[in-house]
Amino acid sequence: MSDSSQRPLLEVRDLRVEFPTRRGTLVAVDTISFDIHEGEVLGVVGESGAGKSLTGSAVIGLLEPPGRIAGGEIRLNGRRIDNLAYREMRRVRGREIGMVFQDPLTSLNPLYTVGRQLVETIQTHTDLSEEQARKRAIDLLAEVGIPAPERRVDQYPHQFSGGMRQRVVIALALCVNPKLVIADEPTTALDVSIQAQIIKLLKKLCSEHGAAVMLITHDMGVIAETADRVAVMYAGRIAEVGPVKDVVQNAKHPYTHGLMGSIPMIGHDTEKLTQIEGSMPRLTEIPSGCAFNPRCPHAFDRCRVERPELLRVEQSRVACWLFDQGARRAAE
Amino acid sequence: MFAFIIQRLFQAVLVMLVVAFVSFALFQFVGDPVNNMVGQDATEAQREALRERLGLNDPVPLQFLNFVTNAAQFEFGLSYRLGIPVEEIVAQRLPATIELVLVSAVIALLVGVPMGVYTGLNRHSPLSKVFLTVSLIGISLPTFLIGILLILVFGVWLAWLPTFGRSGTVDLGWWETSFLTVQGWRSLILPGITLALFQLTLIMRLVRAEMLEVLRTDYIKFARARGLSNRAINFGHALKNTLVPVITIIGLQIGSLLAFSIITETVFAWPGMGLLIIQAIQFADIPVMSSYLVLIALFFVLINLIVDLLYYVVDPRLRIERGGAH
Amino acid sequence: MAEMAREPVDPHAPPQLTFGRKLADGWNRFLDSDVFYSFKRSPLIIGAFVVTVILLLGAFLAPWVAPHDTMDLASLNLMDAFRPPVWEAGGDARFLLGTDDQGRDVLSGIMFGMQASLIIGFASVVLAAAFGTVLGLFSGYVGGRVDSVIMRIADIQLTFPAILIALLVDGIVGSVLPRQTAEELTYPVLIVAIASSLWVNFARTVRGSTLVEKSREYVQAAKVIGIHPVLIMVRHVLPNVMGPVLVIATLSLALAILTEATLSFLGVGIPSSEPSLGTLIRIGQEYLFSGEWWMTIFPGVALVVLVLAVNLLGDWLRDALNPKLR
Repeated sequence: MSDSSQRPLLEVRDLRVEFPTRRGTLVAVDTISFDIHEGEVLGVVGESGAGKSLTGSAVIGLLEPPGRIAGGEIRLNGRRIDNLAYREMRRVRGREIGMVFQDPLTSLNPLYTVGRQLVETIQTHTDLSEEQARKRAIDLLAEVGIPAPERRVDQYPHQFSGGMRQRVVIALALCVNPKLVIADEPTTALDVSIQAQIIKLLKKLCSEHGAAVMLITHDMGVIAETADRVAVMYAGRIAEVGPVKDVVQNAKHPYTHGLMGSIPMIGHDTEKLTQIEGSMPRLTEIPSGCAFNPRCPHAFDRCRVERPELLRVEQSRVACWLFDQGARRAAE
Repeated sequence: MFAFIIQRLFQAVLVMLVVAFVSFALFQFVGDPVNNMVGQDATEAQREALRERLGLNDPVPLQFLNFVTNAAQFEFGLSYRLGIPVEEIVAQRLPATIELVLVSAVIALLVGVPMGVYTGLNRHSPLSKVFLTVSLIGISLPTFLIGILLILVFGVWLAWLPTFGRSGTVDLGWWETSFLTVQGWRSLILPGITLALFQLTLIMRLVRAEMLEVLRTDYIKFARARGLSNRAINFGHALKNTLVPVITIIGLQIGSLLAFSIITETVFAWPGMGLLIIQAIQFADIPVMSSYLVLIALFFVLINLIVDLLYYVVDPRLRIERGGAH
Repeated sequence: MAEMAREPVDPHAPPQLTFGRKLADGWNRFLDSDVFYSFKRSPLIIGAFVVTVILLLGAFLAPWVAPHDTMDLASLNLMDAFRPPVWEAGGDARFLLGTDDQGRDVLSGIMFGMQASLIIGFASVVLAAAFGTVLGLFSGYVGGRVDSVIMRIADIQLTFPAILIALLVDGIVGSVLPRQTAEELTYPVLIVAIASSLWVNFARTVRGSTLVEKSREYVQAAKVIGIHPVLIMVRHVLPNVMGPVLVIATLSLALAILTEATLSFLGVGIPSSEPSLGTLIRIGQEYLFSGEWWMTIFPGVALVVLVLAVNLLGDWLRDALNPKLR
């Protein structure tokens, strides 16, 4: 898919996000690395608390204190952005990285018209005049599928339905053509009937605007339909990352396997519907070795002691010792 | 919106009726008004005549109706203590209180709101910590003690400012004002500050709390994610959203100023409504008490109505007729 | 009996054991809790706690620990009147903080006065909490029209400042009762007046919690198995609202003490003949201009320190019990 000779749009290396608490430091995102290439859709899945949203917030520099980046680096187009001064980071936000939040009902300021919020964002990042910005705002509203945009532009958020508001939020995220859009559970708060529309719209617009997407969700169905590649997160770590087809149809990590078991696939020769015993550990109680080992049906001694690195398996990279042996055996 | 205003008006009338009933009941329960109006040696016939003339022999609902009619024209009869019509006393006292409250409200708002915004935006700055600590002492300092301290320092020790009464007023015929002479302003300074101080600290703390609340919302986070400047976020988005609850607070605080003026006026012997009501309570001067009840209820009802109306100006969710999806 | 004793399991022993362990567990959990942790970490709060305890002890042990019995008129000597504090010229070692116009020891006066202020404060908070909790439970449980009427009244009352409500209730009740009875009932009337200005916050909090619990399955289930749902709810709602009610009670105590002091200062609360912080300040104020500042400033300082300490504890408790704010 992506040329390895080409530098990725976003490079995350050994990112650590910590929360200092009085009972010691909680490591919410534990030394993770991944790339996003230009125009690519990377799905990030995991249960709530797996650290996927925090990863998104860390990339755009909006971790809420006391959470902080404690290690690693984040590069956008080769430029380090995790240590930028507030002023410089502000120019990255919106201009180079757009963001779509979960709840469209609370993402928009209720006291300003939709148009005003679009215009102020456009004018913050461009030299367009008020009129030009307004014209662009109307075009954007039309583009995200809002009927009668000339009229709607002067309306307030509460005059839009949930789905329509999320369209406005998408317009806001894309209004100055960022290279990357981070969409954090963009459909979770919406009616089931319009979730698919919004996802489809997001994907279409991002590809038209040439933006890569980091799609954070717990919904494997959405990932399967939308993403080019998938990163599966568990307890603050990446369990498996690879092309969507491999991860969904040929999951390697036992956790991913279990996760896939929880969505029945139509037309796929179904194995038994598996379910993972137990639940994800709390941040205070992450076991040593592989975080998944207490729940893993295949766990052996090494899993309890040594944390697995991401190992290359076919097109994917998997953090599981099962594949270390496999790789060695193949080499012999 | 129209329905909302009608509903509020209806509620206001209801509150006024309840208050009127309480004041009416006061007259019913406390002694015999006739005794208070005629001499000891009045004959039974004279008393009966007066009773008839005052309508005291009418059925109670009719008496209440009369009371409400009179109250609406602000007629409460003669003060038991002073023997002159209540409306005259009130007309004489009201300007003093209103001017005092006005000065205090301006001080409290002009200082309290900016301090609240500052401490809300700069949570961890040393100056914010100073403001907060001072404000905690401020809300623990009762108004009368503030007054006493100011009198001690500026009146007794430094002897800079008058500490007693209201001097230098100019009579405009229907309104006696302190605003036109230096002496008038000087005598307003200490009571004005005394009354303002408590409200000032309260306004500051409430504005700060609202500011912090708004800064935690999703749309502020989203505004940051859009790369807006701090200025635009703080003063464009956050401040305007803070305004809605702050209007309520300010409305309530102006009501409080009216209540706390009772204390300030007692400390400074300021000849306003507050001093009047305290004396009325001590002497069980029912006509003055009931007129005060009605008047203060009217003020509160009006303030609340104005607050409700101001909401419409600020918040489009209320202003606009339900259009599109809700 | 012997057979009973030989029974392998004494029905009483194990529960006692678990009770003891429960107590120990509870204590350990408390020591380990966020509340205690935030207590340990804040010297200010520890200070406030210590000051509160000292003041409480000083006030309630006044008959034994106060240097003089200010209630004992025989011990007064007018020769001792108007003595300044020890460190001023003319001070007397017997009267640490000086004496008042009757030769009463100011320090002892403060201790006895604070006792009165605290009793009234505690009593009115307990009354308000009890009334508010019951009304909140009732309102939330019954729901519908009754609920909306009660809550509407609460809303309207909230727009009036507590001090005004207390003043008017006190004034009205005082006027309605015959003079003799009113004087005998000074304390109860004052307590009721202050409580009537404080109940709303309790009622609103308890109602909110009741509404949440009402919809829970176990309440529905209780109906099915024939236990009166009110009983079940009381058992479940009360533990849930303990925290918030404690916070409101603490902050209300500060407000109640202030209100009592203010009313007594205004001369409508406790009569001047009896000591309370408010009456001491009121009496002292008359001597401010002649230079005997200690008669009013020391009771004033005592009042502020007490209220400030209680307010600090209340503020801290609110933050400690509400992790969202941290």
